[in-house]
Amino acid sequence: MSAILGNTGRVTMNALYAASTVCVLMVDTLNWMIWQPLRGKGIRMRSATEHFVEFGVRSVPIVGLICALIGVIMALQAAYTLQKWGATALIANLVGISALRELAPLMTAILITGRCGSAITAEIGTMKVAEEIDALNVMGLNPTKFLVVPKFMAMFFAVPCVTVLAMFIMIMGGAFAGVVLVGVDPVVYYNQTAGALTRMDLISGLTKSVFFAVTICWVGVYRGFRVSGGAEGVGRETTSSVVTSILIIIVVDLVWTSLFFAQ
Amino acid sequence: MDKDTDNILEVRDLVVKYGDRTVLDGINIDIKRGEVFVILGGSGCGKSTLLRNLVGLMRPHSGQIRYNGQDFTSMNDEERVNTRKKMGMCFQGSALFNSMTIGDNVALPLREHTSLEPSTIDIMTKIKLELVGLGGFENFMPAELSGGMMKRAGLARAMAMDPDIIFYDEPSAGLDPIVGAGLDMLIRKMQQTFNLTSVVVTHEMESVKLIADRIVMLDKGKVIGMGTLEEIMQTDHPFIEQFFARRPDAEGEDTAKYLQSLTDSN
Repeated sequence: MSAILGNTGRVTMNALYAASTVCVLMVDTLNWMIWQPLRGKGIRMRSATEHFVEFGVRSVPIVGLICALIGVIMALQAAYTLQKWGATALIANLVGISALRELAPLMTAILITGRCGSAITAEIGTMKVAEEIDALNVMGLNPTKFLVVPKFMAMFFAVPCVTVLAMFIMIMGGAFAGVVLVGVDPVVYYNQTAGALTRMDLISGLTKSVFFAVTICWVGVYRGFRVSGGAEGVGRETTSSVVTSILIIIVVDLVWTSLFFAQ
Repeated sequence: MDKDTDNILEVRDLVVKYGDRTVLDGINIDIKRGEVFVILGGSGCGKSTLLRNLVGLMRPHSGQIRYNGQDFTSMNDEERVNTRKKMGMCFQGSALFNSMTIGDNVALPLREHTSLEPSTIDIMTKIKLELVGLGGFENFMPAELSGGMMKRAGLARAMAMDPDIIFYDEPSAGLDPIVGAGLDMLIRKMQQTFNLTSVVVTHEMESVKLIADRIVMLDKGKVIGMGTLEEIMQTDHPFIEQFFARRPDAEGEDTAKYLQSLTDSN
């Protein structure tokens, strides 16, 4: 019994410590992103731009390919049921709403977590192991300003941008399957899609994507700074970073889906 | 300034603990301006911990570190940043940023801390690299350099802001004797040319003989001797005698000590 209580206490304390560390990191990031630039301390825009290219532009091919395929799969799966009632035109509604509200933001976030969240953890973790973070501190350079803010800014803008592209590509994938493979009339498919989608669907998806971006970046950075014990530690935290990010993304998704439900 | 009385760094009653284990216990050190001060001791005696406290990478449990008379340990973050601009550090593994060229590594503190024109920064970068014998290597990546060259590049970066004091963590560790001796000569050259205070952590006796003005000897987190090499060698402390004689512990004793230290730390 005492062992169970002890373990529960230890897990709770570790979780509280992690939460407090992430809060400190958040405050420090916002300080160096908003408050310090107002006091004349600049933001490393070049680094932020390079990270935007890495997180955003270079993620487009893989996100695009996977979202196109998911669009096709969704349309075919929907057709399987809807054909029985002669309602194949409703494939457009299902694909469109699912893409905007749920699947495009979620798939983009998961793919960018695997591609970039892990890279953030590995980069910061390796720098920590190689004493490069210490070198920054000794030079009087703040690691948050130097490493975190450019990544945060890049992720904050990259994920929503890629999500918009993913939404469009997923709908196009569904349209391809609906029109070419199932045989829905293209004009009907377009009209159904245009009629089904509302502004709230887009807002819902984009709001989620912004919170997903924040999650990917902060989990990646937090796990990177936690690295200890050399190469093994980098590998352990990188794996943990991806798993934690995806878990939090799903929870955030649930929260926002509940909030936007029926709106 | 009177070189004999002008201390650039003073450590008073420094205590550092990892959990319940005391790593540094009541350290008192004065480092004089312009000298090469060597921190010497066996593995795990607290040398690197002391160095990390001196540069502010760790906060001590108690005690003071005074830099130019000002208490470094009680400074706020902004004051610490300003103080660190006048410090340089060469890390054991050089700690160069692998994503940047050697030139960018050296130029980084100048770009971040000064408002100099890029062309001026380029000239200063070239001067610093030539100073350490790496002229023409500005566009090389760290991975393209040898271990000795990376340490020299690390020294050039540490020199970028014209510091008052440079800290070296095991500068010749992992280098062959010739390259190691070259680095020792470089440390001496910097001290003689710029009257640069150097604090060197090492356990390599050949380096100590070449560079040390004064030495502090640590054992189990305590100062057991301080002075010139001759003064230290004349002490009759058993650990110092054993250290300089390179006499190993009795068979099995080091294992027993290690197991005891694990028990103590728990």
